[in-house]
Amino acid sequence: MGGGAPVVAAAHIFYDRGHMRNLLIAALVASALPAWAADASRGATLYEERCTGCHSLDANRVGPKHRGVFGRKAGGVSDFRYSTGVGNSTVVWDETTLDRWLTNPQGFIAGARMGFRVGEAVDRGDLIAFLKRESGK
Amino acid sequence: MSNAFHPPLGTGINRRRFLNSGQAFLSAGVVAMLAGCAGNAAMPMSSGSAEGDVAILNVALGLEHEAIAAYQIGAESKLLDKPVLDVAVLFQGHHKEHRDALAATVRKLGGVPVEPRMMNDYAMALNAGAIRSQGDILVLAARLERGAANAYLGVIPSFRDAELAKIAGRLAADETMHWTALAGALKQNLPQKAFSFAA
Repeated sequence: MGGGAPVVAAAHIFYDRGHMRNLLIAALVASALPAWAADASRGATLYEERCTGCHSLDANRVGPKHRGVFGRKAGGVSDFRYSTGVGNSTVVWDETTLDRWLTNPQGFIAGARMGFRVGEAVDRGDLIAFLKRESGK
Repeated sequence: MSNAFHPPLGTGINRRRFLNSGQAFLSAGVVAMLAGCAGNAAMPMSSGSAEGDVAILNVALGLEHEAIAAYQIGAESKLLDKPVLDVAVLFQGHHKEHRDALAATVRKLGGVPVEPRMMNDYAMALNAGAIRSQGDILVLAARLERGAANAYLGVIPSFRDAELAKIAGRLAADETMHWTALAGALKQNLPQKAFSFAA
């Protein structure tokens, strides 16, 4: 059949377009996945295991209390004595700033006392989701 | 005192050699003696990186102050059986050694060691008013020890001085040993998976 080749070519084009669309959707989903997948319940477990050595939600200890931290200015707990670096910081805690803080606190705010790092992005995401939930956000 | 703890003192302590000496962080007495040998001359903090290490050490010192206070609360509660009290006092002694060694190291690096808070502050922050039994004290102690172990593990990548990172690992090992004993006393199951402490 004389029109066979064009039909096959057209099919390839459609196939390629459809394939590209699927890839694009997959990429979009993947890029959005960390935010969608952040698990505050798992974050609660991580918080208990990793953060409670120095922090509590409602009491200042070695570090400041955490309830309400999401949306708060760095150095914003009035009855906690911060380092000069954190006290003078203009950072406001949100997903991005908390992620950078937990990745490398002293690298994010010069003069910070905290050196504790959370190496895995998924763990940081879950911890941040927990802190956000406990901040009523 | 071993010769290992007699660094070339004439022109000041060789910081690296001090930290490299195998027992430098195990014996607070030796560290304190070393401080005395050095004529209390602190190493100047020559860069922001040293300041960062000192800041982390001071956070660790704050953590040790809190642990000492927690065991004091337990010891004074009159809720602990004699064998448990003996272990609590032993572990508190370990934390006092950690405290003294950390404070000496902070001073040697030119920093000012953080002071403990008032006992009432610790009691409130740790919700000591809710303690009713020996089991409550053991649960609190186990929670703090696990938290401390994880805290020490979590700061290892932040130390600029690799020897300080190693010391953080040794402190984490002590806290893990405490947690293991306390978890056993509480008849808690051992972790079923490896890497159960913070990575």
